[in-house]
Amino acid sequence: MDFKDTPEEAAFRAEARAWIAANRPTDWKGRLGRYDEGIAVSKEWQKKKYDAGWACIHWPKEYGGRGATPIERVVWSQEEGELGQLAGVFIIGQGMCAPTIMAHGTEAAKQRHVPKIASGEEIWCQLFSEPGSGSDLAGLRTRAEKDGDEWVINGQKIWTSGAHYSDYGIVITRTDPSLPKHKGLTMFFLDMRSPGVEIKPIKQVSGQSHFNEVYFTDVRIPDSQRLGAVNDGWRVSLTTLMNERLAVGGGFPTNFDEMFDMAKVVEGADGPAIEDSAVREKLADWYIRSAGLRNTQYRMISALSRGQAPGPEASISKLVLGANRQAMASTMLDIQDCYGVISQRDLAVNGGQFHEIFFRAVAHRIEGGTDEILRNIIAERVLGLPGDIRVDKDVPFKDVPSGSA
Amino acid sequence: MNFEFSDDQKLLKEQARGYLQSKCTSKDVRRILDGKEPYHPELWKGVAEMGWLGASIPEEYGGLGLGYLELCVIAEELGRAVAPIPFSSTVYLFAEALLIAGSEAQKQKYLPQVAAGEIIGTLALSEGPGAVTPKSIETGASGGKITGTKLPVTDGDVADVAVVAARTGSGSDEGSISLFIVDMKAAGVTAEAVETVDPTRSHARVTFDDAAAEPLGATGQGWAILDKVFDRAAVLYAFEQVGGSQAALEMARDYAMGRYAFGRPIASFQAIKHKLADMYVVTELARSNSYYGAWALSTDAPDLPVAAATARVSATEAYHECSKENIQVHGGMGFTWEFDCHLHYRRSKVLSLVLGSLPRWKDRLITRLEERNAA
Repeated sequence: MDFKDTPEEAAFRAEARAWIAANRPTDWKGRLGRYDEGIAVSKEWQKKKYDAGWACIHWPKEYGGRGATPIERVVWSQEEGELGQLAGVFIIGQGMCAPTIMAHGTEAAKQRHVPKIASGEEIWCQLFSEPGSGSDLAGLRTRAEKDGDEWVINGQKIWTSGAHYSDYGIVITRTDPSLPKHKGLTMFFLDMRSPGVEIKPIKQVSGQSHFNEVYFTDVRIPDSQRLGAVNDGWRVSLTTLMNERLAVGGGFPTNFDEMFDMAKVVEGADGPAIEDSAVREKLADWYIRSAGLRNTQYRMISALSRGQAPGPEASISKLVLGANRQAMASTMLDIQDCYGVISQRDLAVNGGQFHEIFFRAVAHRIEGGTDEILRNIIAERVLGLPGDIRVDKDVPFKDVPSGSA
Repeated sequence: MNFEFSDDQKLLKEQARGYLQSKCTSKDVRRILDGKEPYHPELWKGVAEMGWLGASIPEEYGGLGLGYLELCVIAEELGRAVAPIPFSSTVYLFAEALLIAGSEAQKQKYLPQVAAGEIIGTLALSEGPGAVTPKSIETGASGGKITGTKLPVTDGDVADVAVVAARTGSGSDEGSISLFIVDMKAAGVTAEAVETVDPTRSHARVTFDDAAAEPLGATGQGWAILDKVFDRAAVLYAFEQVGGSQAALEMARDYAMGRYAFGRPIASFQAIKHKLADMYVVTELARSNSYYGAWALSTDAPDLPVAAATARVSATEAYHECSKENIQVHGGMGFTWEFDCHLHYRRSKVLSLVLGSLPRWKDRLITRLEERNAA
């Protein structure tokens, strides 16, 4: 056991570090916080990386990457460090849409779009969830009907991150309701500015709007923008979903250090809060989980470094982070006693950081696979337990009870 | 980065598992649980012959000198098998105390005997209910003699030699405590076994009445030495706990797959699936934290105090969770003497207490973090 790079990794790290040092943007943090400027500064950094061969480095060269190994990708992200925050608007396009296009798109679609996703010139979103189908994604009802060389789309999507600033999106639709629910689906991609696309932001409990409702009214998509075969959309969507949990899971910090520091300065009944045994116990509980995730990641990186696929331990990150960030944010408000109600930034402790987490974490436990779905995945894929008995499995979709009829 | 055991270490682990699967079956554990023997003598002898007792003892003291990583993989397998032998007290506590604080002569005298399986060693610290602190130590030592009662002492009824914490000063501070090596078979030492939550691991009341005691380390340094022993032992115990967690998880999984109710395997119910998923998560976190502890132990890293407490708390919670929920998955059969579930439930509690309780280790973890941040 050691934490040293192999000679190859060390050489790659030195090259990455030198390039970043020579090219890193200045004043990006201030700009990232402002809405339009945030996208502009993200695009500038992405394009600069792309032109020098440092964007989406694990992709093949022909699509804008450099064919980097998984461990080189880890080294790059370690070196990019907090600049990685500038990738936020590209996560869905690069993390989910592009892999789906590379696996299932036509050669023309790959050539036309994947390099532009890498360079940040195109921002993409994914249109999967619907008001009546969340965890049960295959229960979706947005219809696509063939009309000559085009498909006509009608229906509604929801929880679409970044739809309001996206150029394109991938959308999964129902093309044959007479087939069982997983079998009548087809995937497409479309221009988000197509006539008939209407985007409405959703205001979350946090007061922010990361997500949207997207309505389709007679939206026309050329058949050339189909991803995979007609009625094979479920299989195509699995490519996207397998990438989703990787993209969502690692995206949140544990914030342990800020919590620890705050418990040292906020006064408890008898000295700083950290001297209170109940607070110490909660901090200890969170520390072992935070450290456990970090150390689990070391194990994954080691597997990658040896050229192995990461083990099932990758699946636990989001499950542990979501629920515990929520619990700890609540504890951080508790230790302020009555004052904890104040979220106003200029008055709130730590500028309201823990109030934000208190509200943000509720979505974290749901988006990209709820806690309950993640437990099912661990139980079935890691521990090999049987899948649920499905009452809708072999029934034509149009005959499946929906509760809304 | 290489945060994984080497191929040789994995091979050692496989060998250990294979050996214990044949020599430490449930029947072997139950022989100690149900019978009068304090530990499993054939298994103890076999483990000595395999060289495990001296895995991390340097060759100059008769060990194999392999290192702590090798000892960690052995510990995991011993935990998995719920091995009924005085391994942890002899190796993690007694031998480590000698390695940390022993004089050259003391090491030459005792460590080769440990490595060869010729002596059983232990650590005698606790004296009664409540937190074990310098203040709680009333056993006194002066003029090469020791007097007082220790309760409980792990393997105190079978140990040949013990490291004993005793008062050499009058205050309640750490400097008032010193360590001594005591020959448990000498005059003035009596030991009687006591009943505990886990009869597969022996515990005793040990009374010293003017027994001969040889200083281990400098006077007044006892508590500081114990801190170091506990950091190391915490990592090694954590591996036993991770092995036990994994075994309990697998036992629950296998039972849930084979047990049918309402016309289907109970493993197909989400209430059971989610329980097993949570057992998996807590075990993986404990495993990862124990690996980091192993790295810190094997490299004597400055982060060892934090890493050890992290591994200890994490692994204690994991084994508790897995051993109790394993019983829950088994339903009524889970609380019968006949099923093996209670072997883990018992061992889990003993391992969580012998090195200091969970709340005390959580407190220690935060203290270590405060010290690290201040440094």
